[in-house]
Amino acid sequence: MLTLENVSVSYGAIEALTDINLEVGAGEVVTLIGANGAGKTTTLRTITSLLNPRIGRVMFEGKQISGIPAHKLVPMGIAMSPEGRGVFANLTVRENLEMGAYIRSDKKGIAADMERGFRMFPRLKERESQKAGTLSGGEQQMVAMARSLMSRPRLLLLDEPSLGLAPLVVHTIFEAIDEIRAEGTTILLVEQNANAALHHSDRAYVLESGRIVMQGDSRELANDPRVKEAYLGE
Amino acid sequence: MSSWVKNLIVGIVIVAVLYVVNAMLSSSGFFGLGVDDYQGRLLAFIAINIILATSLNLINGFTGQFSIGHAGFMAVGAYSSAYFTVNYGKALESSFAFMGEIGAASVVLLIAIVIGALVAALAGLIVGIPSLRLKGDYLAIVTLGFAEIIRIVILNIDAVGGATGYQVPGYANFLWIGIFAVITVVVIHNIVKSDTGRALISIREDELAAEAMGVNTTRYKVTSFVIGSAFAGIAGVLFAHYNKFLSTNDFQFIRSFEIIIMIVIGGMGSMTGAILGAIVVTLLPEILRQLPGIQIGDSVFQVADLRLVIFALILILTMILRPQGILGTREFGLSWLKRPRKDSEGDEGDATDKGVPIAQQSEAKKMQSEEDKK
Ligand SMILES: Nc1ncnc2c1ncn2[C@@H]1O[C@H](COP(=O)(O)OP(=O)(O)O)[C@@H](O)[C@H]1O
Ligand SMILES: [Mg+2]
Repeated sequence: MLTLENVSVSYGAIEALTDINLEVGAGEVVTLIGANGAGKTTTLRTITSLLNPRIGRVMFEGKQISGIPAHKLVPMGIAMSPEGRGVFANLTVRENLEMGAYIRSDKKGIAADMERGFRMFPRLKERESQKAGTLSGGEQQMVAMARSLMSRPRLLLLDEPSLGLAPLVVHTIFEAIDEIRAEGTTILLVEQNANAALHHSDRAYVLESGRIVMQGDSRELANDPRVKEAYLGE
Repeated sequence: MSSWVKNLIVGIVIVAVLYVVNAMLSSSGFFGLGVDDYQGRLLAFIAINIILATSLNLINGFTGQFSIGHAGFMAVGAYSSAYFTVNYGKALESSFAFMGEIGAASVVLLIAIVIGALVAALAGLIVGIPSLRLKGDYLAIVTLGFAEIIRIVILNIDAVGGATGYQVPGYANFLWIGIFAVITVVVIHNIVKSDTGRALISIREDELAAEAMGVNTTRYKVTSFVIGSAFAGIAGVLFAHYNKFLSTNDFQFIRSFEIIIMIVIGGMGSMTGAILGAIVVTLLPEILRQLPGIQIGDSVFQVADLRLVIFALILILTMILRPQGILGTREFGLSWLKRPRKDSEGDEGDATDKGVPIAQQSEAKKMQSEEDKK
C-alpha cells in the first residue's frame, strides 16, 4: 500500500534520513520505533510531503506521492495524527472532529462517523462542547485520533500517540489502535514506547540516527536480545 | 419569519438609522456633502476604523497571520480611487446626470469603491502569495516593508499631489461610511461563520494539523489576506472622499500600528472585540483631550497635555489585566445577559495526565504488566 524507496531526507546540510526502505501492506499495522531524534517524525513528514526526499520516492497504492501537497493526500486516503497531537485548542471537541471531516460533504456519513468516534472514546462524548485546549493530554490525544479517522482514511499515520501519557491512558490509546485495525484501516505507528508498539503491530522497523537498523515480525523483534537490551530495558 | 426577510428588515432599519444620523449631522440638509461637525467627524472615523479593525482581524485574529501594514493597503485604496474621481469624477457625474445630482454622485462613489477595493486586493495578492507560501513570520516583515515603500512611492508621484497633498472631491458622507461599515461587519462575520471561516481558524490554531485535515492552507491564507486588504482599500476610499484631502502622513507606520492596537485591545479573533477596539481607540484620545485643567497654586496644569501618556498607560494596563484583549476570542451579545458568565478560558495548552490516582495505580501496573506478557 505504502512504499518508501531509498529515501534520503536532509534539513539543509544535515541528513536526517539515509536510504530508508519501508513498506506497509494493506490491512497491516506496521510500527516504526526509535529513540528521540532518530528521524521518526521526519519519516512521516516525508510521507505527507511536508518534506521532500532528496533521493528516492514515496509510493502509495502504486502512485508516486512525493511532491503532492499534504492537503491533497487526505482525499487520496491518507490521514495523520501529528506529533504533539495538534488539536485545535480554541475549537470544541465536536468542532475538531468536524474539521477532521473537512474534505467530506456527506452529512449523514459524517454524523455516523462522529458517533463511532464517540463510541471509541466515550470520554470525548462527555466533553463534546468543551474547548479542546482545556482537555488533558490523554483526552487531546483521543481528539487527535478520532479527528484523523473522520476523513475515513485507508492509511492512518500516528506520530507517538502515547507520548507523555499515563499508563492507563496509554492502554486506552492502544486499545483504540487495535479497534481501528479491526475495522480494516492500515496503520503506520511511530513510537518510542517500543514495548506497547511491538505488542500491537504485525511488523516493525527500528530506526537509529536516520537509518533502519532492524526489521521484521513484531513478535520476533520483541524477543530479540538486541531490541530487548536497547528498547525494552531488559 | 424566514431569515432573509428578517435580514432585509434589519438592513432597512440600519440604513434608516444611519440616514437619520447623517441628516442630523449634515449642515446642508439630507445627503449633504461636507459635514464639518466635530462629532460627525468622530462618528465617521469610528466607522472607518471599524472597517479597518474588522478586516485586519480577519487576517490577524481569525487566520493567525501577522500583517502589520494595513495602512499601506488603505493608502492604495485611497490614492487609486482618488486619482479616478479627481480625473474622471466630473465627467462621469454629467453622463449619469439623468439620475439626479445625488444619484450621479453615488454612482461615482460606488465605482471609486470598486476600484479602491480591487487595486488593494491586487496589492494584497502580490504581497501575499510569496510571503504566505512560506511558513513563518515573513508576512510581518513584508507587509511592514510594503506599507513604507508604497507611502514613499506615492510621495514621489506628482499626479497624486506628491508631498503637497492631494485634494479629493467629497463624495462620501457619514451615510455611505456607515453603510460600508455595516457591510464589512456582515461580510466578515459571514466568512468567519462559514466553512471557509472554520478553515481559517484551524490554520490559526495549528497550521500543520489544518494541512493534515486537507485544508489548502496557502490558498486560504492568501484568500483571507486579500479579502482583508480589499476592505482596507475600501476604508481608504471612504477616508479619501470624506476627508477631501490626502497626505502620505495619514498612512505612516503609526496608522498601521493603531489598527493593530484596536484588535489587540478588543480581543484578537472576536468580531465584536474589533468593533469595540475601534471605538475605544478612536474615542479615548479625544475624551482625554477634554480633561479639565487642575489649579495648582497660581498656574493651571493641563491634564489634557498628558493625553497621549494617559492613553498609553490605559493600553498597557489593559494588556496587563487582560492580555487576551477585552473580549478575548469571545463575542459580546445579548446572550451575555442571560448566560451565567462561566466561560471556560481555563488552562489552555497541553495538560499531561502523568499522575494516576493512587486507587488506580495497581490497576495501571496490572495492565502494564499484562501488556508486557502479551
Ligand atoms: N526542522 C528541522 N531542522 C533541522 N533539523 C531537524 C528539524 N527537525 C528535526 N531535525 C533533526 O532531524 C533529526 C530527526 O528528528 P525527528 O524526525 O523529529 O526525530 P524523532 O521524531 O524520531 O524524535 C534530529 O536530529 C533532529 O534534530
Ligand atoms: Mg518525533
